[in-house]
Amino acid sequence: MPKLSMAEVENIAHLARLKLTEDEKRLFQEQLSSILRYVEMLNTLDTAGVPPTTSALPLDNVMRPDEAHAGLSPADALLNAPDTAAGSFRVKQILP
Amino acid sequence: MTTYEAIIGMEVHIELQTQSKMFCACPASFFGAAPNINTCPTCLALPGALPVINRQAVAYTALTGLALNCRIHRRNVFARKNYFYPDLPKGYQISQYELPLCTDGALDITVAGAGKTVGITRVHLEEDTGKLTHVSGGSLVDLNRAGVPLMEIVSEPDIRSAAEAYAYVSQLRQIVRYLGVSSGDMEKGAMRCEVNLSLKPVDSEVWGTKVEVKNLNSFRAVRNAITWEIARQTETLNAGGQVEQVTMGWDETRGRTVVQRSKEDAHDYRYFPEPDLPPLNLDPVRIDELADSLPELPAAKAARYRATWQLSAQDAALLTEHRDRAEYFEAAVAAGADTISARAAANWMTGEIFRRLNESGIAVADIKFPPADFARLIALVETGKINRQAGKDVLAGMWQFGAQPDAIVAAKGLKQISDSGAIEKIVTQVIAENPDPAAQFRAGKEKVIGFLVGQVMRHSRGKANPKLAEAALRRKLAS
Ligand SMILES: [Zn+2]
Repeated sequence: MPKLSMAEVENIAHLARLKLTEDEKRLFQEQLSSILRYVEMLNTLDTAGVPPTTSALPLDNVMRPDEAHAGLSPADALLNAPDTAAGSFRVKQILP
Repeated sequence: MTTYEAIIGMEVHIELQTQSKMFCACPASFFGAAPNINTCPTCLALPGALPVINRQAVAYTALTGLALNCRIHRRNVFARKNYFYPDLPKGYQISQYELPLCTDGALDITVAGAGKTVGITRVHLEEDTGKLTHVSGGSLVDLNRAGVPLMEIVSEPDIRSAAEAYAYVSQLRQIVRYLGVSSGDMEKGAMRCEVNLSLKPVDSEVWGTKVEVKNLNSFRAVRNAITWEIARQTETLNAGGQVEQVTMGWDETRGRTVVQRSKEDAHDYRYFPEPDLPPLNLDPVRIDELADSLPELPAAKAARYRATWQLSAQDAALLTEHRDRAEYFEAAVAAGADTISARAAANWMTGEIFRRLNESGIAVADIKFPPADFARLIALVETGKINRQAGKDVLAGMWQFGAQPDAIVAAKGLKQISDSGAIEKIVTQVIAENPDPAAQFRAGKEKVIGFLVGQVMRHSRGKANPKLAEAALRRKLAS
């Protein structure tokens, strides 16, 4: 696998809402590429006949009955919020 | 000028009426609740909190898939749909992507009397987002709705007009209401629609650019947005322009679509299997049980009413519109099986009962008398014990007090006079008191008979059997 392009690094940073300096972009270009190369080793395995795995947990069908219980009080729910108003979390203006 | 045909696919989000949320035990009801009253570490996305699947939400979605003739997949997987928005605390929505619960279904719709099949691509399960309120200086986030089970139904691009889209959405709503899986109340946001629309020249198989219209929160918005988009795109194309691939919203006030997002800022959701949830591996026996529990759906019910009871298409559609009304009607027909015709019951039901239900706004469950009493009332009228008008008065009493029809008839002395001697006496008196109308009738003015019958009814204080009264009048006036 070739190195990630600069544009790909910038796109990943954008998707993660990270603002990177030029130096950081070059640094992460190297690091991300090396991680991908490492994971790519999996492609050398013969997986014919192995069903696709979506979870590493040795479980399936974990469900709960549909019963409602009270959760947190509104005051507790808002306890860690950087900003609140009218019983709600307040964030910067989002255009509808 | 080229003539175009619209190619429309729909995505309908429907909130399930479970007690608790999709992945936590917080109450799922939020309408009218104070903000952030139903939250917990899981739906607030606090670190370390883990989701657990709501069994009832899975059953409701599978049930809907079965009603839409879908394949129900034993093995299905939840996936993360990643994007940032303040109404989504985790920074991803747990949804289903590659392996949804239901696929490959179909819904038969009726548009202006003609039938048509709309393919159902998939039905999957996900969680709703919170609610944003925009105020000056910021936006307020209420997470009561965050994590409420949401079912998404995606159709094939089989819809060709606003009228078909309207029929599709209303029939979907009727089905989820029949199944009891959702209130289907669009005005409360329990059902939200998106439309994918492109145009193709009628003589070509090449589809134009697809435009998405989101946030259609009423039947009217669905119809108006489609009509608007067809006109807008047709005009653009005929002027030599190109339709751009955009996501639009519907501006209700201005009555037009507005661009929300261009192709350049299209979302990149980076779906991947949700590592916090083990896959679902549904028990086929359980799926069979669900299939057995499917109620008779409105279209099948209407067809049965027409075939069994020779009801008109219009009456059958009216009677089956709501499951509780249909079941009340059926119970009345069953209770009166030996005494009344289904057609008479249908007339009383769609006339008097529907009018009273609509006027009072009460639910069928709150009607104060059982279907058997309703059948008895109809029998009293059908057999001529009381006349039609008296029947309506008795029904008014039943509606108000829940009293039995026979008791009201006795108490009000409404029993119809069918005794020919008594009627004869009144008829003689009426003819004597109205010499001019009587003469007019004798001279061939047929319409006057109505007036004379009315007089007989007046004299008998509404108790005379009008058919017998008319017969007696005709006999007397002819002699
Ligand atoms: Zn919760």
